[in-house]
Amino acid sequence: MRSRYLLISIVALLALIVSACAAPAAPPPKEEAAPAEEFTYEDEWGVVVIPAGEPLRLGFVAGLSGAGIDVLGLDEKRGAELAVKDKGEVLGFPIELQVEDGQCNAEGGQTVANKLVADPEIVAVVGHMCSSSCIPAADIYDQNHYSMVSPSCTAPSLTDPATHKPIFFRTAWNDKIQGPAAAKFAYDVLGVRKVATIHDGSPYAEQLGQEFAKAFEALGGQIVAREAVNVGDTDMRPVLTRIKAEDPDLIYWSGFVAEGAYLAVQRADVGMEDVYFMGADGIRADAFIEAAGDAAEGVYASAANPGEAGPGMEDFLKAYKEAYGEDPIAPFHAHAYDATMLILNAIEQVAKVDPEGNLHIGRKALRDAIANTKGYQGLTGTLSCDENGDCGVGSVAISKVENGKWVVVSD
Amino acid sequence: MQRIRVWRVSATDLIIWGIGFLIGGIALWGTIATLREGLYTSSDWVSFLIFGLAQGAVYALIALGYTLVYGILFMINFAHGEIFMGGAYIGYFVARAFDESGFLDSNPILALAIIFLVAMSVSISMAVALERIAYRPLRRAPRLVPLITAIGASLFLQYSFRGLFGTGIKVYPDVEILKGSWQIGGVMVLRIHVIVFVCAVLMMAGLYWLVQRTKMGKAMRAVAEDKDAAALMGIDVDRVIVNTFIVGGALAGAGGVLFALYNKQVIHTMGFIPGIKAFTAAVLGGIGNIPGAMFGGLFLGIFESIGPPLFFTGLGVPSPNQLKDVIAFSMLVLVLIFRPTGLLGEVLTEKKA
Repeated sequence: MRSRYLLISIVALLALIVSACAAPAAPPPKEEAAPAEEFTYEDEWGVVVIPAGEPLRLGFVAGLSGAGIDVLGLDEKRGAELAVKDKGEVLGFPIELQVEDGQCNAEGGQTVANKLVADPEIVAVVGHMCSSSCIPAADIYDQNHYSMVSPSCTAPSLTDPATHKPIFFRTAWNDKIQGPAAAKFAYDVLGVRKVATIHDGSPYAEQLGQEFAKAFEALGGQIVAREAVNVGDTDMRPVLTRIKAEDPDLIYWSGFVAEGAYLAVQRADVGMEDVYFMGADGIRADAFIEAAGDAAEGVYASAANPGEAGPGMEDFLKAYKEAYGEDPIAPFHAHAYDATMLILNAIEQVAKVDPEGNLHIGRKALRDAIANTKGYQGLTGTLSCDENGDCGVGSVAISKVENGKWVVVSD
Repeated sequence: MQRIRVWRVSATDLIIWGIGFLIGGIALWGTIATLREGLYTSSDWVSFLIFGLAQGAVYALIALGYTLVYGILFMINFAHGEIFMGGAYIGYFVARAFDESGFLDSNPILALAIIFLVAMSVSISMAVALERIAYRPLRRAPRLVPLITAIGASLFLQYSFRGLFGTGIKVYPDVEILKGSWQIGGVMVLRIHVIVFVCAVLMMAGLYWLVQRTKMGKAMRAVAEDKDAAALMGIDVDRVIVNTFIVGGALAGAGGVLFALYNKQVIHTMGFIPGIKAFTAAVLGGIGNIPGAMFGGLFLGIFESIGPPLFFTGLGVPSPNQLKDVIAFSMLVLVLIFRPTGLLGEVLTEKKA
């Protein structure tokens, strides 16, 4: 009997609560009066709501593991962290990076993208790092309307009008710029006419190699061999012997540190130590010099042009050294800083705080705000986004290893 | 009746044989076309052969570890590649210390000997610990269980090294006496390649002697033949299995240092690909068969090196070297189609298969 009374009283209580909620006329039991005008914020792509007191979270994705990949990723992570530190907060909300290892391949990119879109409070994504990771991730973010700004995915196809995803932006240059810049340097300054290109099968390396080859042939040079190796290969002597048969003046490597170092070292083993070796941003890190040792001397690489740097660069480098105890270890720290700032500034423009103190951010509004970035003074120069998501400055400098250090030789 | 059945071929067989002949045909066609093109000189071909021999010798050393364990336990020790990595990795720290103290330059032979000994003992300890912790408790479990455990152990070791020593590339110091090259019959041969090959062959000869001529080897062969019967004859089976892991570990550790001496870079993931290749080599030669693993390793190394230019240049395939692994695994498919027991494999008894 007793339990029946208990049941009836619970039901009665529930009924009371429900009716109280259903009837707006009923005075609220406690709390202050309802806001005078109702807060509305709508967005075609949905609204991220961050409850008062919680941090605003951005995804940060880079390759943080793997031979010669991790240094590039760590460098970007530091850039993004410094941006968060400099910005401090957005509309009173502290900023937090959710750091994920997107590796340098399609599987890693997809895994992380799926993880991030499963979290509705992630506002946008800084990343990914490698084009092979960016390309499949952009599909996933596009379906879920998450904006992404990559500091270093440079593959032309990402911002090609035919394949561009509206949520994709980058602060790095397009390899349509890097490839030709390297080709021009090789043709004009080094005076080479016969080049062998080698890539590692990743979209970044393959497309960059193609852009280089296209530009070099347009200048009147000759591509005598187009080779490829696999990521993780160690014995490059067979492929170098193959290339040697074509007698090139320069080897253009568009991949990353580990395989690049094997190639640079082993070219002496097949008697090609006098052939120029040139790489791109994938090898322009101190890790390359460490891995290749003496064979690194005289190696060329293209990367961002420090001469274009914006006014904040000097302070940034100082802060970097102070925070991490060393100078930047790879080329993309400043691009990561700018990418993070681009997103945070755009959030600031479109976010609204409701009367309860929650932060509302419309995903479409955020995407449009990033796309409308014009003339922003970043560390890498003045950034303006075009209709295909290219926001980068796109100025490339060529560096050379001299006495165990990367030195800029042409900009 | 019997005779008729012998000649009846099932559709599956036909398809498999078709695939086999197709692969073989493409390879033959490519070879003829390449040779007619004449892009490479004969010294280039010798170079390819030597690169392949050095790489193959290292594959063979690792493959022996797979084959020894398979021969006795009938399990595939997928963590073997990590044992190879562990030896090379710890050897790096010794080599670096010797290089910094100048010992490596003043006393290179002794320094190298110590590096090898340290690397081999690390690999041996890893192998023995692996057997004791991961495999022995599962001795009577179904076959799939130790296989999955091996994959788990492989990842565990890889990520332990990553956690302990970081993800960066470590680079072996240059050893003066290993640098340079020799001119042999007009062909430039790198000294390091000759040394790697000779060391590997010596070690393989040593293993052969150990298995064929010593009491321990006799016990190993007996256990491989029939564990229960061997136990009845008074052989301590557990002891023999530990010995097998010790021998396999020592070969992998030495292989790791040889690999690192001619490739220089060391990283926690370096065991994976050579491990898979060595496993392929062991299967190619006939798994469980010691000369088979040696032969399979060398064979695979040579094909990986000569194959891309030989088969693909004439066919006009762009960047043939990227297809190196395709050649390695197509060859495995071919061998398994036409000789399922491997090149040197005996016909397996019901129990072993």
